[in-house]
Amino acid sequence: MQEREKILDNYTAKVFKNRKDHIVQLEESGASQEIAANSRSVPGMMINRGCCYAGCKGVVLGPLRDVVTITHGPVGCGFYSWGTRRNKANNPDGRNFIQYCFTTDMQESDIVFGGEKKLKQAIKEAVELFHPECILICSTCPIGLIGDDIQAVATWAQEAFKIQCVAFSCEGYRGVSQSAGHHIANNGLMKHIIGTGNAVAHAGKHTVNILGEYNIGGDGWETSRVLKRIGYEVLNVFTGDGSYEGIKDSHIADLNLVMCHRSINYIAEMMKTKYGIDWLKVNCIGIAETIHSLREMALYFNDPVISAKTEEVIAEEYAAIAGDLEFYKEKLAGKTAGIFVGGSRTHHYQSLLKELGVKTVIGGYEFAHRDDYEGRDVLADIKLDADSKNIEEITVTKDEAKYRLVIDQERFEELKDQIALEEYKGMFRDMDAGTITVDDFNHYETEKLIEIFKPDIFYSGIKDKYMLVKSGTPSRQLHSYDYSGPYSCFQGALNFARDSYMAIYAPAWGLIAAPWKTTSTLMGKIGGAQ
Amino acid sequence: MLDLTPKEITERKALRINPCKTCQPVGALYCALGVHKCMPHSHGSQGCVSYHRSVLARHFKEPAIATTSSFSEGACVFGGGSNVKTAVKNIFDIYDPDIIACHTTCLSETIGDDLNTYIQQMDIPQGKYVIHCNTPSYVGSHVNGFFNMMAGFIEYLAEKADTCNGKIGIFPGFVNPGDMREMKRIAGLVKADYIMFPDTSGVMDAPITGRYEMYPKGGTTIANIKKLGAARKIIALGEITEQEPCMVLKRKCGIESNIMPLPIGITNTDEYIMALTRLTNAEVPYSLEEERGQIVDIMLDSSAYVFGKKVAIYGDPDTVLGIASLVLEMGMIPKYMLTGTPMDAFAKKAKTLLDKYGVYDQCKVKAAGDLFELHQWIKNETVDILIGTTYGKQIAKAEDIPIVRAGFPVLDRHAHALQPIVGYKGALRLVEMILNAILDKQDRICADEDLEIVL
Repeated sequence: MQEREKILDNYTAKVFKNRKDHIVQLEESGASQEIAANSRSVPGMMINRGCCYAGCKGVVLGPLRDVVTITHGPVGCGFYSWGTRRNKANNPDGRNFIQYCFTTDMQESDIVFGGEKKLKQAIKEAVELFHPECILICSTCPIGLIGDDIQAVATWAQEAFKIQCVAFSCEGYRGVSQSAGHHIANNGLMKHIIGTGNAVAHAGKHTVNILGEYNIGGDGWETSRVLKRIGYEVLNVFTGDGSYEGIKDSHIADLNLVMCHRSINYIAEMMKTKYGIDWLKVNCIGIAETIHSLREMALYFNDPVISAKTEEVIAEEYAAIAGDLEFYKEKLAGKTAGIFVGGSRTHHYQSLLKELGVKTVIGGYEFAHRDDYEGRDVLADIKLDADSKNIEEITVTKDEAKYRLVIDQERFEELKDQIALEEYKGMFRDMDAGTITVDDFNHYETEKLIEIFKPDIFYSGIKDKYMLVKSGTPSRQLHSYDYSGPYSCFQGALNFARDSYMAIYAPAWGLIAAPWKTTSTLMGKIGGAQ
Repeated sequence: MLDLTPKEITERKALRINPCKTCQPVGALYCALGVHKCMPHSHGSQGCVSYHRSVLARHFKEPAIATTSSFSEGACVFGGGSNVKTAVKNIFDIYDPDIIACHTTCLSETIGDDLNTYIQQMDIPQGKYVIHCNTPSYVGSHVNGFFNMMAGFIEYLAEKADTCNGKIGIFPGFVNPGDMREMKRIAGLVKADYIMFPDTSGVMDAPITGRYEMYPKGGTTIANIKKLGAARKIIALGEITEQEPCMVLKRKCGIESNIMPLPIGITNTDEYIMALTRLTNAEVPYSLEEERGQIVDIMLDSSAYVFGKKVAIYGDPDTVLGIASLVLEMGMIPKYMLTGTPMDAFAKKAKTLLDKYGVYDQCKVKAAGDLFELHQWIKNETVDILIGTTYGKQIAKAEDIPIVRAGFPVLDRHAHALQPIVGYKGALRLVEMILNAILDKQDRICADEDLEIVL
């Protein structure tokens, strides 16, 4: 029996019918296969998915440092998303709200009589206490059900306090996972914030935005450091250590770099239509991938100074880690890994693992879409189901005053054949035959996979971590980096190698079995001998 | 750190900042994990249970299992009946628990889903159970969720009987497995024949064996929950947490309860032991007297370093009351006592306690408060030490105040959930942590010539 069949074997007919299309065992290395994705989870399966609110507030909006983000709803959702995602943020202007949690903490009477009044009062109190320039409102499940009009409250707040106020209807039940929340957050930022500033582009400065980088463990800072060394100006990071002040003017960038394709491709595409900014899919996880991305950027800008500096920085950054990296490569060579993360990292980390000599045998996403697995070529074939149709698709048009092309159409077409301009080929292209990919993986399937493949290390999240450890499998969290990092670019690769090495080589693994389980301590005398 | 918190305190009617509580379902989930072979089930959208499992895993550093009805937009319109029925079938098929404990969420409560009816309509396999409780997130806090789930188990399972089975029920309150172990150890020492409910020891502190067990050895068995209905008496620890389950058990099965404070500190532990021995007629063994003597000895030896020091205690109501009792015994002043849980009884109990030591007028007590306000109080009149959950570390860093972690949640330290803060052993541990925190700061900030080698 193939491994895939072994996983599905115990399911009842109904569950089997649903799950079989979400589990793919690649027949050929690097050749894509169709997978079912972005559809409803089966009730009762212990899944790792979160909700729309988690994708909107937790992932995309939460990292913005200079805005007051008010969670409108009962206390829990705001509480759980308080400081738990490790979006690091500086405090350059004394306006860092990341350490705070703001919620309307709705009570029963608010549910019965409506919460708009309380939300307005909460906004008033936030304005009086903190004088923010921007307030974001994120709604939780009951809000849509009781019909609070948070959009109207946002409009009221803008007029009453002369501030920017944007409402996000990201109730947890919308869509099928965090992914719906990403989309809703993208729409709101695009409609109300991006491009509202008056900054003017400086030609020749090579400015970039980094999209889909949430600065977990300082990844965004490390990537920005390397880019700045080369001579790029990093305008904004969306949204890790990002700011309302900054992203208002993000339309003046020359190029958008897309890290997490899943959570932010909407903004990348809309900024192209509205402001003419090209986007390039990059990956700064892994040495080869980082080098590849830096060289593609250099090709895009086609500036000999940048190109030369790119090679110089690559050489220096690599030289700084090469010696130490050798040690970890030696220790990790021949190991196997499983990776289950959200919606891009499972792909990003495979190249880095390969460099360390670790083979990824199991992969999976919580909330990816088919294009994340199979590449953007399949976008036209994806049929939207009812859950996805409920998520608003906004259309933007060219902003004549702010539209600006950095390269002309001819050059664009020429480059498109050479670099990942507006292109993402998906994860399957980089995976080997026989490897298993599971979409919307659940606890049962994870247990089965561990049993079948016995990977040497498993990269996943907090909900799996301790189950893995209990089963004797070294584990590292790839959502939070287990409170370590950064893992991006060259120095980050070394950190990741060190952390993986520590996970596998912790001496206590050798202490799990008590000696008396394998060695007898019973002393006896045979046949009554003296 | 927390640079934007102003010293001037203004009244807030609507904006909660830096809450000192979370929502009901996580408490219900934790309670259900204290029942053997139980799968907690969240009837709502899937994000709720994802957050709850995460915070429990972070606190205990253990797997926290639970399933969800995975509400979609359609389920909100048509009701979640079909979702929960499918879920229950799949859970029994795939994860094979003995019992599924459903709790609601703000979503399913707002649309008015009737879990009671759904459960009656389900095909439940022979010998298996599905129970539920209502845990609207917009009422109370995680503490309410914990006791509502207890009440749910009792409502469904406890069996009234004509003859008493002689068992003493021990309700441990919302505490760590390390605390439950200590309560059980003490009960064992005074020869009590007890049932602890719920009991997360052996579940949320299970040992590593190299084999993952979805249902570890621990947890109150279903048979034992049934027996609570014919118990001799319940010793319920946590004056605020235990009111509801005790009332339900009294109403359903006529069982009387002795509701008392969490056994944190000497007086409260004494009271727990006395209550047990009144039922068992057993003599308190020397080993317990020895423990008691040891901790009181340490408290007297070290009194000068803590006497008169001011403490801010924040967290769950019963935990805060218990810790306040201990610090008062140490001669400290619990200057601020704050819980996020909205319970009027908290302030009354705190007043009684503070009055006993004649310090009520020096202290500030608040229920339904938040850590933003606590920080503002501290900015106006500072304290020498903070005792409470992890989130207080922000205040500790901002104001350079030592912090001792206790209560729920503690997300940034390991091994704490396996160690007690209850009983004499727990008091010893807390006293040591408090002394260390205060003396470590003294050593760090004092002038070189003032650094003491002996203290």
